[in-house]
Amino acid sequence: MSIVLEAKHIDKYFRKPVLFHVLKDINFQIKKGEFASIMGKSGCGKSTLLYILSTMDTNYDGELFLNNELITNYHRDKLSYIRNKHIGFVFQFHYLLSEFSVLENVMLPAKKLAEKSLQEIEHDAIEKLKILNIGHLAKKRASRISGGEKQRVAIARALINNPSIIMGDEPTGNLDSHNAENVFNIFERLSNDHGLSLLIVTHDKDFAKKTDRIIQMEDGKIIT
Amino acid sequence: MANWSVILNIAKTHLLTKIKQTSTAALGVTFGIGAYITLVCFMTGLNGMLDDLILNQTPHIHVYNEIEPSKKQPISLYDNVEGSFNVVHSIKPKLSQKKIHNALPIIKYLEENPNVRGALPQIKTQIFYIAGSIELGGNLTGINAVDEARLFNMGDYIVEGSAEDLQNTDNGILLGIGIAEKMSLKVGDRVQLSPINGGIFPLKIVGFYQSGIADLDAIQSFTNIKTVQRILGKANNYITDINVKLYDIEQAIPMSKKIEQQFNLTAMDIKTANAQFETGTTIRNLITYAVSITLLIVAGFGIYNILNMLIYEKMNDIAILKATGFSGKDVQLIFMSQAMIIGFVGGVLGLLIGYGLVRLIDTIPFQTEALPTVETYPINMNPLFFIIGFSFAMVSTFLAGYLPSKKAKKIDPVEIIRGQ
Ligand SMILES: Nc1ncnc2c1ncn2[C@@H]1O[C@H](COP(=O)(O)OP(=O)(O)OP(=O)(O)O)[C@@H](O)[C@H]1O
Ligand SMILES: [Mg+2]
Repeated sequence: MSIVLEAKHIDKYFRKPVLFHVLKDINFQIKKGEFASIMGKSGCGKSTLLYILSTMDTNYDGELFLNNELITNYHRDKLSYIRNKHIGFVFQFHYLLSEFSVLENVMLPAKKLAEKSLQEIEHDAIEKLKILNIGHLAKKRASRISGGEKQRVAIARALINNPSIIMGDEPTGNLDSHNAENVFNIFERLSNDHGLSLLIVTHDKDFAKKTDRIIQMEDGKIIT
Repeated sequence: MANWSVILNIAKTHLLTKIKQTSTAALGVTFGIGAYITLVCFMTGLNGMLDDLILNQTPHIHVYNEIEPSKKQPISLYDNVEGSFNVVHSIKPKLSQKKIHNALPIIKYLEENPNVRGALPQIKTQIFYIAGSIELGGNLTGINAVDEARLFNMGDYIVEGSAEDLQNTDNGILLGIGIAEKMSLKVGDRVQLSPINGGIFPLKIVGFYQSGIADLDAIQSFTNIKTVQRILGKANNYITDINVKLYDIEQAIPMSKKIEQQFNLTAMDIKTANAQFETGTTIRNLITYAVSITLLIVAGFGIYNILNMLIYEKMNDIAILKATGFSGKDVQLIFMSQAMIIGFVGGVLGLLIGYGLVRLIDTIPFQTEALPTVETYPINMNPLFFIIGFSFAMVSTFLAGYLPSKKAKKIDPVEIIRGQ
């Protein structure tokens, strides 16, 4: 199985307010189609790690590979392109552009990528919304839908460019158990049916147990 | 790799959801540009009118014999006191004639010069106007009336009669309107003139002259050159002034220098004679631009403020855009295009409002004795001003948008996402 994401000897320090070694020699791999979860106590560095893996944070030591390509030290603009094409990110808080419609929110990353025509993009976006059972919300304004719905719109947006990997920082953090279950099922289906790799930070033991692998973190280190 | 349709779409949505603030910012630009167009068209119109006033009737070079003390006093010719310190008290000008020596050959010579449009002889003299028992001092100038009308727009200042009438009437006079009023004279009446050295000559009034300058109109009259020569009892080569009109006014200074050297006469060029006039033009332009630039700076700060506020409000959007693959440059372009859209819309509206106002001013009646040919306020509607105004709007909004958009470019998405 090919490796989608690989971290080698990643260290990170926060220098303010005091020097703080937040990530210590992180090494792991995510294979294609693998559904992995990260667990650990609050403050152990999960989010920090995810920001590095998603290329948004470039201030770290060590090496990061995406599809076996070393992307550490790439220029910011190149990294933006990589994020756009290869990485889908789902935040804990449903980050949508509130003045745009649900459909436009989902279409935006594809419009930026500009590999497909507008019709194709719109078609794909509606498709993704249907997969997540929110096709009927397409024309609504993003600020006028519920939290759980927003979460699913964010997942649809993360999927729009058919990325190599989806990363989520507690994507089910503020969903009720029914909706959390629902999101888990969607992730599992994407992983099994579409060979999508997933790396999800979660505090939900039940959620984590059902994934292929649990990466356990403690004090900035991976312990299993 | 800017994807303009996406960027403009986001910019448009941001602007439309904040339509109130956006319109305020755009209105600032509108006022700035509108005021600029109105001011500059009006001011340059005014300048143009005043320029015409001076330039049309003023010779480019005025050649005459200046009465001045000799530069070399006789004592300096006397060898015995050479090297000693001489003091000469109460120097008086040498007795010399006003007449330009060899005037006719000089005029002929000047007219052969390719730069010269025309060189016209004049005779200036002092006389008294006599009607019944009234006796008024004044000036009489002998001219070639038709040529004066052709080169110096004399026709504009003849309120009754015409230059031809003067040319074709022996012993005719074009009387200053002030004199006519004082002496209650009409066209067709006779007025008696007496030159300083005696004698009385009756002249027929063929028209009235009104320059608009009351003091001048109360003393100045015109007649034919021949008539003046007869009144003064001089030969027909007696000429006191030569007025030269050039094709290119820029040649006035070098040409006048040349004339002075060549003929040992005084030659006053129009630039030197009207230096203070140029100052007035410069200051009016200065005021126009100072006011316009001030207004635009205020408008620019409005845009700067609103964009700053917008970026502050849109932190989340910026973080999302960056997290989903928009580069810092894309984000900068989004906010830059918002500034430019505000500038464009505000600028175009400003041009339209300016155009409307200028058109309006153009219809307001403006009548003054000084300018018999002007009926409404003068306007100079130069397309260049509209181009400058529009560029002004774009440049100032660009500058106002640059700093805030640069800030948006630098925003670190991680910090925003963490801050939630
Ligand atoms: N900008 C920062 N400057 C300094 N210290 C920071 C900064 N951001 C995070 N930290 C510290 O780094 C540590 C790891 O933070 P991080 O957000 O990665 O934790 P986490 O594992 O995601 O916790 P949670 O489960 O609560 O989200 C924490 O102790 C936090 O206080
Ligand atoms: Mg966290």
